[in-house]
Amino acid sequence: MNTSEPQTGGVVIENLSLSFGANEVLKGVNLDIAEGEFFAFLGPSGSGKSTLLRAIAGFGPTPKGRILIRGQDIARLPPWKRDVGMVFQSYALWPHMTVRKNVAFGLEERRVPRNQIADRVNAALDMVGLRDLADRRPSQLSGGQQQRIALARTIVVEPKVLLLDEPLSNLDANLRIQMRREIRELQRKLKLTTIFVTHDQEEANTTSDRMAVLDQGVIQQVGAPMDLYDRPRNLFVATFLGTANVIRGGPETVDGRPAFRSAHGALFPLAGDGPHGDARHLVIRPQNVHVAAPGTAPGPDAAGGDTALEGRVDHKEFLGGVVRYGVDVQGDMVLVDDPHSMGHAVFEPGDAVVLSLNPRHMTLLPG
Amino acid sequence: MLSLYRGYGRVAWVALGLAAFLLVFLALPILKVVFVAFQDPHSGALTLLNFADFFGAALFQASFLNSLYVSGMSVLLATLIAIPLAYYTTRFNFEGAVLIQTLGIIPLIMPPFVGAVAMVLLLGENGSVNLLLDEHFGFTIPFMRGLNGVILVESIHYFPFILINLSAALNNIDRAMEESAQNLGCHGSRLFRRVVFPLAMPGYVAGASLVFIKVFDDIGTPLLLNINNMLAPQAYLRISSIGIADPMGYVISVILVVFSIFSLWVSLLAMRGKDYATVQKGGGGLARRDMRPWEKVVCYAIIIVILLFVLSPHLGLTLLSFGTIWSFSVLPDAYTFDHYLTVFQSAFGYVTNTLLYAGIAAGADVVIGTAIAYIVLRTGLAGRKWLDYIAMGALAVPGVVLGIGYLRTFHDFQVPLVDKPLASWWVIIVVALTIRRLPYALRACMAALQQVSELLEEAAENLGATKARSVRRIVVPLMSGGILAGFITSFATASVELSATIMLVSNESDAPLAAGIYEFMQNAAGRGPGAALGMIAVLIVGLGTYLSHVVIERGKKSREATSIVGEETAT
Repeated sequence: MNTSEPQTGGVVIENLSLSFGANEVLKGVNLDIAEGEFFAFLGPSGSGKSTLLRAIAGFGPTPKGRILIRGQDIARLPPWKRDVGMVFQSYALWPHMTVRKNVAFGLEERRVPRNQIADRVNAALDMVGLRDLADRRPSQLSGGQQQRIALARTIVVEPKVLLLDEPLSNLDANLRIQMRREIRELQRKLKLTTIFVTHDQEEANTTSDRMAVLDQGVIQQVGAPMDLYDRPRNLFVATFLGTANVIRGGPETVDGRPAFRSAHGALFPLAGDGPHGDARHLVIRPQNVHVAAPGTAPGPDAAGGDTALEGRVDHKEFLGGVVRYGVDVQGDMVLVDDPHSMGHAVFEPGDAVVLSLNPRHMTLLPG
Repeated sequence: MLSLYRGYGRVAWVALGLAAFLLVFLALPILKVVFVAFQDPHSGALTLLNFADFFGAALFQASFLNSLYVSGMSVLLATLIAIPLAYYTTRFNFEGAVLIQTLGIIPLIMPPFVGAVAMVLLLGENGSVNLLLDEHFGFTIPFMRGLNGVILVESIHYFPFILINLSAALNNIDRAMEESAQNLGCHGSRLFRRVVFPLAMPGYVAGASLVFIKVFDDIGTPLLLNINNMLAPQAYLRISSIGIADPMGYVISVILVVFSIFSLWVSLLAMRGKDYATVQKGGGGLARRDMRPWEKVVCYAIIIVILLFVLSPHLGLTLLSFGTIWSFSVLPDAYTFDHYLTVFQSAFGYVTNTLLYAGIAAGADVVIGTAIAYIVLRTGLAGRKWLDYIAMGALAVPGVVLGIGYLRTFHDFQVPLVDKPLASWWVIIVVALTIRRLPYALRACMAALQQVSELLEEAAENLGATKARSVRRIVVPLMSGGILAGFITSFATASVELSATIMLVSNESDAPLAAGIYEFMQNAAGRGPGAALGMIAVLIVGLGTYLSHVVIERGKKSREATSIVGEETAT
C-alpha cells in the first residue's frame, strides 16, 4: 500500500441542513475538519451524528448546503463517486464473499489491474494482521476480526476521508479498548483524515484530536476534548461530558468584588472582575470541589484564594477511585468527588463539612 | 429520498415497463371481463340485464348454490381432517409427528383434477372399496356420488392449507399465555374457549378462506367428475361451446372475482392486527403432554384413516397408469408399461411444452418479482407500492377469469410475423402462467430482499460500485437462495395449472401437461395414458417441492451463520 503520499484531504461542511420528511434532523451545520485530523462526532442517540456522517458518504436524503473535500463540493455526487471510505457499525461484510473478495471489491470496482489488486489486498490484510484469514467467510470470524476486515476493506482503496460509524459498539469492553488504540495507530500511520461517530465520550476523548458535540441536529461546541470538558460553552455540553454541578442563580457584587448568588442564597466569589451580567448558571465539576471536616485546614488549593462553604453531607456513594458526596449547602446540592485511598477519612450522611472551591474552576453560563 | 442523482432514471423506466405489462395482461383483461358482463351483447349499452338473466335461469341458480355448497362443505370436511392432526402435533409429545407432516405435504404434490378419475375407480359406486363392501357386508358408501365426489377430492387436496395455518397459529401461542390464564384460575374448556381458541382463530380463518376460494374457482375437478352444474365449469363450458360473445361466462367471472376478493378480504380481516406471534424468548408452543395408551390407539386410528384417504388418489393413479383394464373390479385385470410407452411415443409434446412454458413463466416471475421487490423496498419512486398491489391483485383473479379475459381482449390482436391472434398464440399461455404465479414469486423475492441488509448495498456503493453494479454483485447473489426457491415453486405449480390454460389452448400441439391429462381423462380409453402423464406431473411437482424445501432450509442455515449482519441497529 502506498502510504508515503497521503491522498487525504480536509473536510469543510457549510450550512448543512437535512430533513426526513418534515423532521429536520440537521440544522445549519458548519464544520472545518483539517487534513489528517482525527475528528469525532459525539452526541446522544437522535442527535444527528450518524445522519451527518451518512450525509458525507452520500446516504440518506439529499441535504441542503455544501460538503467540500479538498475544496470540491461533493454534496450532490452519488455515493460511488465520493471517494470517502466508510466503516459501518455492523461492518456490513458481504456474507457470500471470502475475506479476500470483500477486501478486493473496491479495487475491482475501480478497475485496478489484477496483479496490483492481489498485492494491495495482501498489504491491507497485513496491516490489520489478518492475512491468514483471507480465504475465510465473514461468518467464520469473530467480531473483532470482522471489524478489522471492514477496516481493511475500506482503507485498501485509499479514500480521501475515512468515516467510522460507531465502529466499536458491537465489541466487548476489553476488545473495544484494544481496537480503539489500533484504529488510532493506523490513522496516524496513514495520516488519513478520519471522522468517528460515537455516543461514548470516553471513546471520543481517547481517540480524537478534536470533536464536535451534537444535540438535536445542532453542533453545540467544537474543540479539543479537554477544552470542551473544562470550558463547556453551554449546559448541554457541560452535563453531557461527565458529571457537573449546575447551580442556578445570578451575578452579584459583594464588597466591590464579583460573585454569584445561588437561588437558595449561597454566595460564590468569582475570579477576576469582568462583568457577569447574563450568568444564570454556575458550573463546577465534582473533582474540583474539596471536602474537609470543619476546623481543619482547607484543601490543597488553599493558597489561591479558595472559597469555603459550610454544608452537611446528604448522601454518599463509593465509586471505587473516589467517594462521591452529595453535600447540602444552604439548600443547594453540591456533588464532591473525594479521592479514595485506604485509611482516608470518610464522612457519613449528617456530618457537617466544609467545602473549598477555586473560582478559576468555575464556569458561568447564561440561561 | 426521491432525488435525481441517486440514479433512479433507469429504474423509473423499468418500473414503467413493469407497470405497462401488469396493466395490459392483468388489469385490462379483468376490466374487460367486468365491462362485458354489464354490457348488452347486442346494443353494447350498459345494463344489469345479464345478471337478471343469470339469476333467472334454473341452471345458473343451481350452479351458484352448488358452488357455494361444495366450497362450504369442502371447508368443513377439510377442517374436520385438519383439527385432529393439528391438535395431536401441538398438544402432545407425539412420535408420529413426522407422519402428520408428511400427510400435510402429500396432497399438495398432486393437482386435484389429476387424482379425480382414479378416486372414482377406488371409491366410486362401482369402485374397489364399494365392490368389497358390497360383497362382504352388503352395503355401499356413496363417497363419490354427485357433489360428494367433488367435496371429497377437494377437501383431501386442500386440507393442508388449514392444517398448516392452524398448526402455525397454535405453535405461535406462548406457553405463558396458557399458564397465566391457569394462574388466574381458568382451565379446561374455559381455557380453550377464552384463550387458546381466540388466539388460534385468525390462522384458521386465513386457511379456511383460502380453501373456500380454491374450491370455488376450481374447474378441472368438477369437469372430470362430470359435474357441470357449478359456476367455474359453467363459465368454461359457455365460452368454449357457445363462444366468447355469450355474456353468461362474463357474469360468472364477475361473481367468481367478487367471491375471491371477499374471501381475501375475510382472511386479511382475520389476520389484521392479530398477528399473534406471542412466543417470547425461551417459550415455544402450548404445554405438551404424553399420550395415554388408549389415546395413542385412537390417534393412530384416525391418522391411518386420513392417510388412506389422502393416499387414495396417488394409489389409484399409480394403479391406473400401470393397469390394463380396470372396470367393475377391485384391481386392474393385468399390469403393463404400455401407457408410459404411449405417452413417451405420442404424447411427450405435452411434457416438453410444459417444461418450456413453466420454465419461461417461472423465470419471468422471479425476474419481475426481483425487480418489483427492489423498486418497492429500495427506491423512493413515487407510486412504487402500486406495482406491488397490482401484482398481488392476481391472487383475486381465478384462472378461468384470466383466460376468458385474454380471449376477449386479445382475440383480434394479430401478432406480427406469427400471423395469429395473440389469444391463440402459445405465448399467451406463458403470459397467463406468469401472471398467475407472480404473487407467490413476488412474496418469495420480497422476503429474500428483506434478508439482505441495505447496509451491504451501501458498503458496496461506498467502495465505488454504482447502484446497478451493487445490485448485481451484492443484492442478487445474496437473494439467490430465495429467488431459486421462488423459481422452483412457480415452476412446479405452473406446470400443473389447468384453469387458465384450458381456456387458452387453441390447438393440441400447443397444449401443456395439465391440458393433456384433461384431454386423455375425458374418455375411458385415454385413462391409462392420462394417468401415466399424471404420474409425470406428480413427479415434477414432488421434485420441485422437495428441491425448494432443500434450498429454503440451506438458506436458513447460512443466514443463522451470518446473523450478525442482520443485527445492526439504526441510531
